[in-house]
Amino acid sequence: MDDDQVFKALADPTRRHLLDRLFERDGRTLTELESELEMSRFGVMKHLRVLADAGLVVTRREGREKLHFLNPVPIRLIHDRWIDKYTERRVAALADLKHELEDSA
Amino acid sequence: MTTLTAQTTQVYSVFIRATPEQVWDAITKPEFTQQYFYGAQIEVRDDRRFCVVGGAEWDEEVFEADPPRKLVHGWTAGYDPDLAAEAESRVTWEIEPQDGGITRLTVVHDQLEGAPKTAESVAGGWMYVLSGLKTLLEVGRPMAD
Repeated sequence: MDDDQVFKALADPTRRHLLDRLFERDGRTLTELESELEMSRFGVMKHLRVLADAGLVVTRREGREKLHFLNPVPIRLIHDRWIDKYTERRVAALADLKHELEDSA
Repeated sequence: MTTLTAQTTQVYSVFIRATPEQVWDAITKPEFTQQYFYGAQIEVRDDRRFCVVGGAEWDEEVFEADPPRKLVHGWTAGYDPDLAAEAESRVTWEIEPQDGGITRLTVVHDQLEGAPKTAESVAGGWMYVLSGLKTLLEVGRPMAD
């Protein structure tokens, strides 16, 4: 699964809204999700498809229902790859500064 | 800010550049698990899942083992007495080959109704475990901590 798809999926406010809804309560049907959005069923389906293709939503059948679950793993992987890296450096820079200031004191 | 009320069914999924057999070995053999599963040595054999970590030792029932596609077992959180006191929950590993040498691994942790503290505690844990497992299989060494 490449990062492009995840970033693209996250770049849309409706899709982020859907992820937030699932974060609050996971395992929802299309009908439930649709009822909270001012959007056609088809529109919501399309957004869910993009989220599923990016691996951010996983669907499972339970009885006759198709439930949508939030899968946070791709976000975690992006965090590890794109956020940790840069914040760590900043923390390291601050630590260096602290040492330098303390040594010169 | 909305807080997460721990879900009684949790689903985690990751794409890994590895074969289903490699993924199966990585989740059922201690020499692999200790490299990404919080140091736990986990071994699936004789319809049990044996776990050893940080002086704690326990085992869980295996409900279904279909190598290299599916593993279903009980979850009793023997690594923490507080969590271990809660009701048993269930973990399902599904391993599905995809095109291009990729395998999709999905973990479903459910039946957590009687284990609210466990549900809370494993939420971040599964993400850590799955991203560590992906790194181990793709890079050949454990994720830097």
